[in-house]
Amino acid sequence: MTRLIVNGAEYTAEPSGAESLLTTLRDRLGLPGSKNACEQGECGSCSVVLDGDLVCSCLVMTADADGSEITTVEGLAPAGGLHPVQEALLAEHAVQCGYCTPGFVVAAAHLFDTNPSPSPDDLKEALSGNICRCTGYGAILRALTALAGEAP
Amino acid sequence: MDITRPTDLAGVLDALDHDPSATLLAGGTDLMVEVTYGWRRPESVVALRRVAELATWEGAFIGAGVTWARIEHGPVRGLAQAARTVGSPQIRNAGTIGGNLGTASPAGDGLPFLAAVDASVVLASKGGRRTLRWDQFITGPKQNALQPGELIVGVQLPEHLPHRQEFAKVGARNAMVISIASACLVRDPGGATRIALGSVGPIPIRARRAEEMISAERHPSAAAIEEFGRLVAGEVSPITDHRSTESYRRHAAGVLARRLLERCL
Amino acid sequence: MTTIAPVETTRRVAGGIGTSPRRPDGIPKVKGEFAFSGDLVEEAMLWGATVRSPHPHARISSIDIAPALAIAGVHAVLTADDVPGRKTCGQVVADQPVLAGDRTRFWGEPVAIVAAADLATARRAAAAVEVTYEVLEPLDDPEEAERRGEVFRSMHVINGDPDRRGAVAVEGYYETGTIDQAMLGTESGLAVPDGEGGVDLIIATQWVHEDHEQVYRSLGLAPGQVRIHLAGIGGAFGAREDLTLQIHLCMLALHTGRPVKMVFDRAESFAAHVHRHPARMWYRHEADPDGTLVRVEAKVIFDGGAYHTTSHAVIANGTYFAVGPYHCESVDIVGVATRTNNPPAGAMRGFGAVQVCFAYEAQMDRLAEALGMDPIELRLHNALAAGDRLPTTGQVIAGSFPVAEVIRSLAALPLPDDDPGDDPRHLPGGTGLASSRDRVRRGIGFAVGFKNLSFAESFDDYAEARVTLTPEGLRVETAAAEVGQGLVTVLQQIARTAVGIEHVEVEFVDTSRIGSAGSTSASRQTQMTGGAVLEAASRVREQVLLRRGGDDLSTDGVLRDGVVVATLAEVLADGPVSEQVRFRHPPTSVPSETGRGDLHAGFAVAAHRAVVDVDPELGLVRVVRMDTAQDVGKALNPASVIGQVEGGTLQGIGMAVMEELVIEGGVVRNASFTDYLLPTILDAPDLEAVLIEEPDHYGPFGAKGVGEPPTISSTAAVVAAVRAATGRPLTRAPIRPQDVAGV
Repeated sequence: MTRLIVNGAEYTAEPSGAESLLTTLRDRLGLPGSKNACEQGECGSCSVVLDGDLVCSCLVMTADADGSEITTVEGLAPAGGLHPVQEALLAEHAVQCGYCTPGFVVAAAHLFDTNPSPSPDDLKEALSGNICRCTGYGAILRALTALAGEAP
Repeated sequence: MDITRPTDLAGVLDALDHDPSATLLAGGTDLMVEVTYGWRRPESVVALRRVAELATWEGAFIGAGVTWARIEHGPVRGLAQAARTVGSPQIRNAGTIGGNLGTASPAGDGLPFLAAVDASVVLASKGGRRTLRWDQFITGPKQNALQPGELIVGVQLPEHLPHRQEFAKVGARNAMVISIASACLVRDPGGATRIALGSVGPIPIRARRAEEMISAERHPSAAAIEEFGRLVAGEVSPITDHRSTESYRRHAAGVLARRLLERCL
Repeated sequence: MTTIAPVETTRRVAGGIGTSPRRPDGIPKVKGEFAFSGDLVEEAMLWGATVRSPHPHARISSIDIAPALAIAGVHAVLTADDVPGRKTCGQVVADQPVLAGDRTRFWGEPVAIVAAADLATARRAAAAVEVTYEVLEPLDDPEEAERRGEVFRSMHVINGDPDRRGAVAVEGYYETGTIDQAMLGTESGLAVPDGEGGVDLIIATQWVHEDHEQVYRSLGLAPGQVRIHLAGIGGAFGAREDLTLQIHLCMLALHTGRPVKMVFDRAESFAAHVHRHPARMWYRHEADPDGTLVRVEAKVIFDGGAYHTTSHAVIANGTYFAVGPYHCESVDIVGVATRTNNPPAGAMRGFGAVQVCFAYEAQMDRLAEALGMDPIELRLHNALAAGDRLPTTGQVIAGSFPVAEVIRSLAALPLPDDDPGDDPRHLPGGTGLASSRDRVRRGIGFAVGFKNLSFAESFDDYAEARVTLTPEGLRVETAAAEVGQGLVTVLQQIARTAVGIEHVEVEFVDTSRIGSAGSTSASRQTQMTGGAVLEAASRVREQVLLRRGGDDLSTDGVLRDGVVVATLAEVLADGPVSEQVRFRHPPTSVPSETGRGDLHAGFAVAAHRAVVDVDPELGLVRVVRMDTAQDVGKALNPASVIGQVEGGTLQGIGMAVMEELVIEGGVVRNASFTDYLLPTILDAPDLEAVLIEEPDHYGPFGAKGVGEPPTISSTAAVVAAVRAATGRPLTRAPIRPQDVAGV
């Protein structure tokens, strides 16, 4: 039995063997927002914040996350609203198929938590682990650059 | 599957003593790929994430559990440069220097630096500690001298690191890429130079003839630098695979050697 | 980075065409709440897995399913013998076994399927199925395949005087590699038995009705017993045009009587879907001294791999578009799609036009050099225009075709600063620190590409849509696939503008509720389903106005001379008004023996100018800037069009400098995102896009499809720029560091 605190709520899960946190979130806890695109840490679609660090949940063994605090894409928007990163991506048409979007949202939100006004190059480096196949990144960069510019 | 999550080193060593064949889990960035794709089904896991001693970094000792993200922003220039190229930000937040040694991939980004400075690997088991120089520890591609029941505690760097350190890596993408060839060159003010190269042999390659030749050159001429690159290219033993060719890797090794030397002058 | 100029809205309805309203699925997508095909769950659901051949060519001696069935939690293991109906599938030619029977013909071909209580057990069971193979020699060389007559289609397009010769001639041989769509959502879906012998399949696909045709036949059911529903789709780019797991899921669900879900992992996804055809291309261009292109001879071989899929149409594009958007009075083009034991090739964005563009644009640069002419001038000198005849098919180009304007607009854009600076993120090799400012050489490359829009060669191409007006607003029903491109928004906009009412809901309905919308491919849905929606919406408006003799319609109701004469509730008191339309583009003809005829509905052209920084010694490349101009007819949603342009362009950049499936002896060596490299945000250049708006002859408001054109010339432009920087011939895409460095 593994105890996880996901988006502030406590869950217990019974992972099968060494299964990944991504699998547990999606298939056991009913939190499919984190996406399974490569399952080897090469696309960032499954990004979550684990005890304060941005990681790929596909590379976290659930059994090793016992007692950890996890933030997923489902935990970012305030009730009835949107996280500023979510709003910025929508405003700039940075969402197409949307499969990479949860990973970008989590990674960008975490970046802004640690650095409210990253330069465009810093933004790119911080997001270089998140693959998008639809947009060519143009709209994503416009959205997040605009958000960085708004920081006080 | 059994998992133990010790919070101190003694707990790890007890667990390993109890089950010497247990799988060690640090950042998970290598192991979990094997698990998810069904290549490996560990029956027993000892998780190292909570072990405070492994996350220590004191002077020339870097704990095995220190992540690439910390190293990237740490004081050791050559290693920080290498750390910045490890996977993605997400990978660098999870992956550790101990994991790089444990996996011992020919493409391990941190290994050329460790080889260039002749770092040692500190191992521990219930029976005690031992320290192996990097080339005693890494025994082949994805092979090392770790015994059942044994754990990588950390990396011991020389107390005085060479004055100049430069790392570079060639990949087919401008971020998040496995190296086609990488190199780390270190040089003292007196000229003593060492160079180690990754992805161009079964383990990191020290180009010792080239080192000897260039170490004697206090102020290397253009011709000497050229000769140094030529020697390095001759000393590596790359292969052709789906990532690159033997001849390109050899060429890149020579080019990186020259460029890193120039940066260290 | 692109800046989008605000578009003047001439229509009074908010969110109509020409504006960029937000997509209706945007909020659930940014919140992680949008249900993709892999997110579906059902009570008592089983998980499926597939047994795949590890050999590109083998005889199956035996299959022992007993060890798999013996595993606790395994509910079914099925093989070719269990396929209830037609044993093969395929879009045009049903030549691909649903499950391999006595022989496997490509690496990863499905041999058996299993269903189990959970995914881990299903995968373990798949690994436990014991298949005995007698390994056979794979045929992996397309030229050898051609010699042996192993071809899916062979074409010979001849036009003009075969003896016409130019004063200047250039020849070249070019290759492009096997490229993967790498949509981020792998193949996945859920099949639910209906308890009466039928099945509902919820799936990510590009064309539910085509899937339906193939699925019900192989299940041996009546068409009405199978209903296919669209799930949320994580990208497509052609990979979802052919069947992968559709029949398998339904077989397992019908056999077990339980819902069955399948999700491929990335390695399996690479094995399961078709790829872009690798190409070998021989060219000879001849021109008069003034630069007039007078003769093009070419032979193009596209390797179709083990099964037919869409090879006949891909090689048709490769052949018909082999000259580019240029005049040429004499052509002789041979096109061959071969059958080998390589992974099947089929649809990918650009569909045959991409490979030849790489070759003919390299030829145009060589020709310019041989003539001593500016390469852009050479292209302008030979540019086709609306009303001209295509040099291959002889078809008079209907609709708009502003080739010269596209070229001129692009060439007029300013070039970036020459100096990359010292930040490694601006240098080839990035933070790997392999390069430095003083090592870098800059190059500029230019390329133009075109292709047809919608289906060709007499295919009965149509799209059905239904538009209904209720007091709450409009409802659009369609079976078209929203793969991420933004069709859902464009259909709303078309309906709004056509009717004058802002509230529009788009519902993607299953195969039992409406006719086919055709495939989300060939850049066709904006024109085709958009055309159907425009016509249906316009009829709804006419009917409602007729009821009250109105002259205008708005959310307030029917108006006459600007005054409301009836509210929507009043005018619709007898029930909603609904219209269903089956829209067709102008008919296309069957090609003659020599490839002549009005084979295409319409065309679009785009051009790219790449600016690259190259480290010639290490062969590393950074694409600094990629400007583009594209013929879009009319930008119905400018922000979405830019999104297609930027995304399509980056896919072309990937094919230029890093993407390739490495296949040796029929076996894929890099079926993972670790080794099949996709461009990251640090590989994406700054981009300025010029949209050329000249209305087309069919489709809503003159709009053209915009999805494929940005991918066609992108690769060619990048490689041309690297040639310019290095002086190397670089006749193969993608270029690898060893090619650029010349070692």
